Amino acid sequence: MSGLRVLVGCKRVIDYAVKIRVRPDHLGVVTDGVKHSMNPFDENAVEEAVRMKQKKVAKEIIVASCGPTQSQETIRTALAMGADRGIHVELAKGEEDLQPLAVAKVFAKLVEKEKPDLVILGKQAIDDDSNQTTQLLAGLLDWPQGTMASVLEHSDGVLKITREIDGGLEDISVKLPAVVSADLRLNEPRYATLPNIMKAKKKKIEKMSVADIGVDVTPRLKVQNVVDPPVREAGDKVPDVSVLIEKMKEKGHLK
Amino acid sequence: MLRCVRKLATPSIGRCASTLVLVEHNGAAVNPATLHTITAANKLGGPVHALVVGDSGCQEVAAAASQIPGVEKVLVSESSALKGQISEAVSAVILDVQAKNNYSHILANGTVFGKNILPRIGAKLDVAPISDIIGVQSEDTFVRTIYAGNAIQTIQSIDPVKIVTVRSTAFEAAPSEGGSAATETVEVDVSNDKSEFIEAKISKSDRPELASANIVISGGRGLKNGENFEMLYTLADKMGAAVGASRAAVDAGYVPSDLQVGQTGKMIAPDLYIAVGISGAIQHLAGMKDSKTIVAINKDGEAPIFQVSDYGLVDDLFKAVPEMIEGIEQQ
Repeated sequence: MSGLRVLVGCKRVIDYAVKIRVRPDHLGVVTDGVKHSMNPFDENAVEEAVRMKQKKVAKEIIVASCGPTQSQETIRTALAMGADRGIHVELAKGEEDLQPLAVAKVFAKLVEKEKPDLVILGKQAIDDDSNQTTQLLAGLLDWPQGTMASVLEHSDGVLKITREIDGGLEDISVKLPAVVSADLRLNEPRYATLPNIMKAKKKKIEKMSVADIGVDVTPRLKVQNVVDPPVREAGDKVPDVSVLIEKMKEKGHLK
Repeated sequence: MLRCVRKLATPSIGRCASTLVLVEHNGAAVNPATLHTITAANKLGGPVHALVVGDSGCQEVAAAASQIPGVEKVLVSESSALKGQISEAVSAVILDVQAKNNYSHILANGTVFGKNILPRIGAKLDVAPISDIIGVQSEDTFVRTIYAGNAIQTIQSIDPVKIVTVRSTAFEAAPSEGGSAATETVEVDVSNDKSEFIEAKISKSDRPELASANIVISGGRGLKNGENFEMLYTLADKMGAAVGASRAAVDAGYVPSDLQVGQTGKMIAPDLYIAVGISGAIQHLAGMKDSKTIVAINKDGEAPIFQVSDYGLVDDLFKAVPEMIEGIEQQ
């Protein structure tokens, strides 16, 4: 068994702990000067690929990201975690609003070029919260998909996947090549250690533009506006359980 | 009753809206979330057809779906290839039905089921799917949340077909009786040798479904272990409630993953949400801040959860919860 070639996608997003602010023009959120990190689910995706390599299931991990110049940092983090080489699809001016369908089309072209056996993406990006790219890519390639994966087991060109579904868990099997989306409990991502960060500087990142790839990334969903959600005011503190029960009774919650 | 809405602003072919709703079911009953999606479908104007697919029980489910007011027709496709409602097979059926009927909108629940399948259709039709809408402004303009619900986005789709998943908490449930739609069997040759459903491990419980319960009691890291969740189950049974959990509790293995409430778990909006030992991280709030009444019990008075709770009790949950159980028993 010579080992799988795995393509992993990662996205640079506003860090999950940051309190976001809507832009004054109401067409997006403030991103300038705000801390960004690798999308948490993408960390799970990278980690899974690295573990597959450590188990000698995978032989090569290519990490790809579509984004501005700073996405290079995100790719470097993945390389420091153990990916072998990177691809940076650098977005030009006017391409900043890259939506899932366009991302999937770009990745479909990368798949054509790199011929991976398996593509692992994060389940959803915590900025857009769409949870679509894996399914879109699988549809474009006509490959089977395994979304919300919490366990991946490979054997002879078949991937057994445990998925987190609404009512519990589900097991499916898919024939490679396939596209899978990583859920939170797939693994616990490692921190890139300083020695590995230094080593990663020698790893190659190939840069290309959307024009180089030849994909139309014009957004299909036009953002009309972005606003703050309704504010929920804090209520009262109650001194003890009996007062709490009284309040719940008053509101009609207790039969 | 057909209402045609011509929107000259959109580059579509100016035909009436017609909507296909993918019904979520377990081979016996229609999933309650579908009732909310049907309400959203009816806001688009135009006929609403329901599609029931699976490998068993579809006729029964279709009969139930045909009684939902607002559904004009129920299409049924049952075959062994649809075992486990595996996405590759289900999408083949939807695409076949779409090719024959040319719906302007295809809707499904914003559940794992709906989110797994609909974007795959989007790819095949070269359409940008729209996830988890909380509002319909017109045939082509929808409202949804981003950044874990910390911003609300209104978007207009320029695609000729709209593929949309619907967040149940944002729409009323359609009644489950009163309609009388016709049922029609759809024969689709689905051949799928790329994937296979093996088995589902569904948590069985007599308690209400977390996604649709009126009262939810959730536990967080403060519970310290899975055994301690027992007192939440006891309290839930006294109140007729469902039990949920924060991501921290699930990650730590206290409870199974299907209890997770939050940005990447279930989005719920019960009448009453009681957060026990939950600090109130942004990502958790995303999943429950639309609840009508929020109660928080946490020994840390500065916990962010108190910023959204209507009633906050700063106390040790190991003392407060047993007191609540006793107090409610005495009611």
